[in-house]
Order: sequence, then structure tokens, then C-alpha cells
Amino acid sequence: MTAPVLIPPLGEPRPQPELAVTEETLPNGLRLVVVPRPGVPLVELRLRVPFAAATARAAAQHTARASVLSGAVLLGTGTHDATGIAEALQAHGGELAVSTDPDRLLFATTLLAEGLAPVLGVLAEVLTDATYPADRVEAERARVAERISIARSQPGIIARTALAARRYGAHPYAEQLPAAELVTAVRSQALRKLHRERVLPAGSTLVLVGDLDPAAAVDTVGTALAGWTGEGTAVAAPPVPQLAPGALQVVDRPGAVQSNLRLGGPAPSRTDPDLPAVRLANMVYGGYFSSRLVENIRERRGYSYSPRSSVDHLAAASSFLVEADVATEVTGPAFLETWYELGRMALTPVTVEELDAARRYVLGSMALSTATHAGLASTLSALTGSGLPPQWLAEHQQALARVTVEEVQEAARRFLQPGGLAAVVVGDAGQVADPLRAFGPVEVAPADPA
Amino acid sequence: MTAAGADLTLRHPVERFRLENGLRVVLAPDRSVPVVAVTVSYGVGMRNEPQGRTGFAHLFEHLMFQGSANVPKMEHARLVQAAGGTFNGSTHQDYTNYYEALPAEALERALFLEADRMAAPAITEENLRNQIDVVKEEIRVNVLNRPYGAFPWLQLPAIAFESFANTHDGYGSFVDLESSTVDDAADFFHRYYAPGNAVLCLGGDLAVEQTEELVRRWFGPIAAREVPPTPPTGEPSPTTVRSGVVEDPLAPAPAVALGWRVPDPVGDLDTYLGTVLLAELLSEGDASRLERRLVHDDQLAIAQSSYVGLFGDPFDVRDATLLTTQVHHPPSVPTEKVVTAVHEEIGRIAEDGVGADELARVQARTEAQLLRQADSVLGRTLAFATAELVHGRAELAGELAARLAAVPPEQVRSAARGLDPGTVAVLELRATGGRR
Repeated sequence: MTAPVLIPPLGEPRPQPELAVTEETLPNGLRLVVVPRPGVPLVELRLRVPFAAATARAAAQHTARASVLSGAVLLGTGTHDATGIAEALQAHGGELAVSTDPDRLLFATTLLAEGLAPVLGVLAEVLTDATYPADRVEAERARVAERISIARSQPGIIARTALAARRYGAHPYAEQLPAAELVTAVRSQALRKLHRERVLPAGSTLVLVGDLDPAAAVDTVGTALAGWTGEGTAVAAPPVPQLAPGALQVVDRPGAVQSNLRLGGPAPSRTDPDLPAVRLANMVYGGYFSSRLVENIRERRGYSYSPRSSVDHLAAASSFLVEADVATEVTGPAFLETWYELGRMALTPVTVEELDAARRYVLGSMALSTATHAGLASTLSALTGSGLPPQWLAEHQQALARVTVEEVQEAARRFLQPGGLAAVVVGDAGQVADPLRAFGPVEVAPADPA
Repeated sequence: MTAAGADLTLRHPVERFRLENGLRVVLAPDRSVPVVAVTVSYGVGMRNEPQGRTGFAHLFEHLMFQGSANVPKMEHARLVQAAGGTFNGSTHQDYTNYYEALPAEALERALFLEADRMAAPAITEENLRNQIDVVKEEIRVNVLNRPYGAFPWLQLPAIAFESFANTHDGYGSFVDLESSTVDDAADFFHRYYAPGNAVLCLGGDLAVEQTEELVRRWFGPIAAREVPPTPPTGEPSPTTVRSGVVEDPLAPAPAVALGWRVPDPVGDLDTYLGTVLLAELLSEGDASRLERRLVHDDQLAIAQSSYVGLFGDPFDVRDATLLTTQVHHPPSVPTEKVVTAVHEEIGRIAEDGVGADELARVQARTEAQLLRQADSVLGRTLAFATAELVHGRAELAGELAARLAAVPPEQVRSAARGLDPGTVAVLELRATGGRR
């Protein structure tokens, strides 16, 4: 029924706009990246502060304190209360979002272009003069504990937490969500100390993208953040040990109508020359709609709505991850097909058409995601925060363009082989554990020991 | 704060024409990045579903990705993605849209794909059964297997409204989904997917004349069909308090949602804009009235939010719709206390009005959010498409920032007076299966 002659061919690609990047390191050690862009009269701001737990022993407490600090840092300064801070930002279209992950603390906002100086002024105040008022901190930690308990009731989060525990063992990255009792014990004094020791300009990066003049923006930042100083050096996560994948773990969620399948293993880091081939292998496997996994378990068998795979980077560990949420009664068959497609990637070559489609998609979607102020700012923040120059983007694109079928197969053999991946299934153990034993030993764990 | 709203309108002049088969075409060129967005919006949504066919508009959206006369299954995705593009579709209350964002050189390919499925999607028994299974998994992920999955978007309308169109579950019951047939799908397509019931909106790096020629080449041959009238979805305003309780065995903590009928988003847009700003003033950010009262000062809530329109976009719905305030609170705080505090805060605005400074800050924030959406070629093009389909004027999308900036404080006060505690719909969620 197909008539390929009908399908219009692609025209000549038009050149991507070049990035005009200004980089500067301020006297206090803060690294600044500024990119002017045409488009809407907005600026996107991302300040990334290294915030990893220093040791495995300290990780549980550090994660608990970080989870409270990210909200509490906005609860007051020497001159403004929480409302005053929010109002000063809102007047310029801004709202500071503060978030943490296992590597960093991130301050992010959109702002109207005319508001750059005043918004940086508020940011400076928060960085240098956050007071962590005791009564407000008590209320904040109670809210964080409640939000964590809600998060722990989400099957996707249960699955992510279980897979992280399995993959990282005693490493701080295993601490995805802090325990509620540690959160409710966090005190103002500990937050002030953590802020003093870790919210430092040296090692941090500030990215500004949008409707701005680079030289003027550098001056404005230099003036606004000159008073942000601090002794000490940034802490990076310790190296991640390579653990054996272990038995398939079923996390019991009695009565669940769906099972959440998760597989994960190591992947090359952003600076590893194997990364481009692994990214493309990931795409062919399950990285986008036109992939083998989606065709198999969604479009052919109807087992899953949104099966997917991805390559994810933390500072000390990069990962290849597979996710599929499937009906309880097809858990075994869905795991089989997911496993089969991994094996097929590891053992047989992809086609030239599959590789070319994946490559064009990755290049095209990188161009799309960096075509907005917000997308470019977030991408540059992640790169520069990992110590990579903005030019990494262009170099990585060139490397993707050169990857061969053989390189994809070699990458898949090493990183996508199913026996090398840790596996977790969150679901009704009474119904799914037995079918899953067809693949080998299964360990059943209770849903949430906390 | 700035003249950015006007600026946006100037930067994106809108061209429009209509094909003989009735298809409305809107072009919003902007050649600053080599990206195009291709969107087709059909004037059919969840509110058009007949009794016994709940969820059908969304199920049909899935069928539109199963191939078409000249495109085998999986090829739609491949042809877009292998060109470096992304695609998706979404079903709303009053319309359903399909869209691609692609490198500019793939424009004609995307036009071909959209025209091919507007002419003849592959509605087969096999595709239908497969997508019923996929949709059931989607509902399990988003509703059945997670806490708060239906709260409040699938549950509040049943309490707040009267008519089937406004109250039924637009995701669909499994019974209705499973009993759907190929004939149902063919009828639905014939009735609602006529070219005259659609808007093709293209944005980004395109040349107007050449694009018009391509549009005529691919969409021109599609035969005209009768266009169904837009069904009236408005209904009388409520005069009493209505309330209901749902139990959520997966939720660890309770929640409550309050919904008020708001002015007609299309017929009374000016008044409606005051309500849109009121929702922002109530709930957006740490400076907002409810965040301060419920979360920080009285510590009654874990989280709160307010929004207009069931899916959170105030400009993509017709009448009837709601302003919803949603509050998650600890089990130790009684629901009644939360509800009273919300009414008190709205009452304060109704009585004392809003200061010009406070409103100006809210307007600046709202403007920044609209501009941010407009910074993406796809976001901007979808906003133009929805404005054309729902409001009959694509240009409105570019004017909203400026129009919201011009709303005076008195109008926000009037909007607050409209949120009468005597006509609210209250949905209480009880956490019945949690660990406490």
C-alpha cells in the first residue's frame, strides 16, 4: 500500500545560528557564561552551585538538609522576608526556583530583560544574607516531610529510588529521597552552616541567555555579586563503584494494576569518546517513538503507553536506563520483550536506515531544544557545571555525525547487554514475581521500609 | 511594565486564507531560527463525545497516528523523526490538535503527512484494538496506578456541572473504550474531521507565498464535507453549594478542590481576563495570597494552586469552565479549615480590592510566562492555532500579554466577587489507604 514516491524529500538544511558565547571568571571565582539571543524580551538565569554529599556516611543527612535548604533559602534575608523576596522578583517577571539533585543546587528564573540588575540584586541578597528564621524553617521542614511522603506514594518514584539503591549501593547517589525523620530534625543552625560552607562562588557557574548585551551583563553581574565570597572549595561526588547487577528485584505494591519495569547500568560520560555511539544505540533501542522497544511493546502488543530508554549523566556516573509501565497481567511477557530487544541490540547489527534516522533525530532535537532561551540556558548550565566548554555541543554533534554501524554495535554489546543491567520491577509481587522467575532469581522487597 | 505584548504582535504578523474545502490556514512566519511548526487543530474534543462513548475523542487521536492512505503504520513517526523533528497530539475539551516541530527543510514532508491523514487515516480493527490497549495503559499510568490521578480534573466536573458534555470522564471508562468499533471511528472521522472543521497553523522559518502554494498542493485535493455546528456547552450558572467526597486508597494525605463558574472565556473575554489575573494573584509564587495564608502564615497546606480552565490553560476553552483552587493539606488539618481560609482570602479581595502595585507585579509575571511560551516556535504556533479555533482570531494569542497588562485593579476585584462561597463546588479527597 505504500507509495514512497509521494513522500516529499527534505530540502537543503539551513544553517543553525552560531552561538556568541562570552565567558568570564569573576574575582570571587564565579564562572559566568553569557549568550545574547534574538527573540522574546526575556533573560533566562541559571546559577549552579556544586552540592554533592562529600562521603557516603554523610549522604543521608546531607540530602535531608539540602532538601530543606532549597526551600528555606528563600524564607528571609537581613532585609526582606519571604514575601518581600518573592515580590521583588515578581515585579520583573521572575520567580526563583531552587532545586537540588545529587550533584548541585540550582537557582533558576525567567525575567523580563529590563530587570536583570534588580533580580541579580535579590539573588545576591539570598546568597550572602539568607537568615533561615527558626520558626519558618520548622514549618518548611514539616512541609518537605509531607511532600516526601506524597512522593514516596508515586510508583515512578518508588521505582527510581529502588533502582538507585541497587545501582549505587553505599555511594551517596543511592540517597534519592531523604528519610522523613531526618528531614524533620533539620535545624536552622545546620542550614546556616551548610550554606556558609557550600554555597560558594568558586566552582559555581552562572548562565544568562536572552535579550541582553554581553559586556553590560558581565558588568552588572560583577557589581551585583561582588559581595558573594566564601572560603572553601566545591565538593564533587566521590567515584562510583561498579557493582554487579544482582538478582531481579520485585518491590511489592500489593493490588497495583500496573508494574513499573526499570533497568539500568553504566554508560560513557560526556567526555568519553564512546558516548556518541551509545547515545545512538539508545535511540534505536528505545530513545524515541521510532524505536524497536516502542514498536514492539506499544505499537505491536499494546503492553505499555510510554516505554522508553535514555542516557543520563551525573557528575560521577552516567547511566543507560530503560523504563516501561505495563499492565500487571502482562508483566512477564513485557519484561521478556524488553529483554529480547536489548539482547538483539547487543548481538546483531542495527540497519543503516535505523542509524541514520536516529542520528538525524538526535541532531534535530538538540537544535530544537536549544532554540529557546530556556532550553539553551539549561543545556549550557548542565555542560559548564560539568566542567565542559559550550563548544562541547558542536564537537559532540560532529562526533555523532561520524558514528558507524559497527561502532553502534560495539557500544550496544558493551552497554546494552541485558545481563549487565540491574533490574527492578515495582508491582503486585503476588502476581508478578512468579512469571519473572523465568528470567532467573527474583528477590521480593517491601514497598517502603521507611 | 514593558511594551513587550505589542512588540510580540508586531514581530509575528499573521497571514490567513481559506481553501475551497473549508480548511482555515494561518501562517505566522518568523525566520530567526531554522525551525518550523506544523499544527492541525480539529474542532472536536471531549465535550463532543456522545453518551456511551466516553474517551472516544482521545482514543481517536491515537488512531490518527496509526498511518494513512500513503503512510504505513510507524511511518508517520519515522518520517518526522528521521527528518530531525518531533511530533505529538493532544485532546482537549473543545478541540484536538496534532503537531510537528521540524528543521525548516522538512516543511513539505510534514504538510504531506498531515494532509494524508486528514484525507484517509488507517482506521482498521487491528489498529483500533491495539490503541485501546495503549490508551488503557495510559489511563493506568496517569490515573489508576497513582495517587491523586483523577484529582480534581476528572472528578470535580461531575460535581460542578450538570450536562453530560461537561461532567463526563473525558479519558473514558474501560467499558466504553473496549466496546468501541471501527464503524464508530469511521463515523466520528466523517463527522468531525472534515477540512472545514480544522485549522492548519504554520509558524517559524517559512516563506509566505511558497508555503501557500505547498498548502494548496497537499490540502487542496481533500474533498469538502459538511461541518458540524459548534455544540453549545454553556449551561446555567449554579445557585447553590455542591459538594462531594472521593476516596483515594493510594494517597498518603488528603486534598480539597474548590471550583467556581467563571465568565464565558469567548463571549465575555474582557471580564474573563480579570478572572485569569485573579487566579495568578491567588496562587502564583511565594508572594501570592493563598501561598502566604495557607502555606506560610497559617501552615494549613503542603501545597496550593489555582488555575482557570480544566487543563490549566485559560485560553483553550469555551464556556462553561471553572477557576479551580486545589490544596493538599496534612491529615491533621480539617478540610473545613482550609475551605474557610480560601473563602476568607477571596472575600478580602472582593471587599478591599487589590493594590495597583500588587497587580502590576502579577501582570509582569504573567507577561513573562506568556513570552516564555512564545519563545518556542511550537508553543507560539499552537497558541495562534488555539486562538483561531476557539476565539476565531489567531492574533489574540499575540495580544494577550498586552491585554492582561491593561486590566485595572477594579476588574480583579469584580472577578473575586464572582467567586461566591454560596455557589462553589467542593471536592474533598480522603486518603484512605495511606500508612496513617
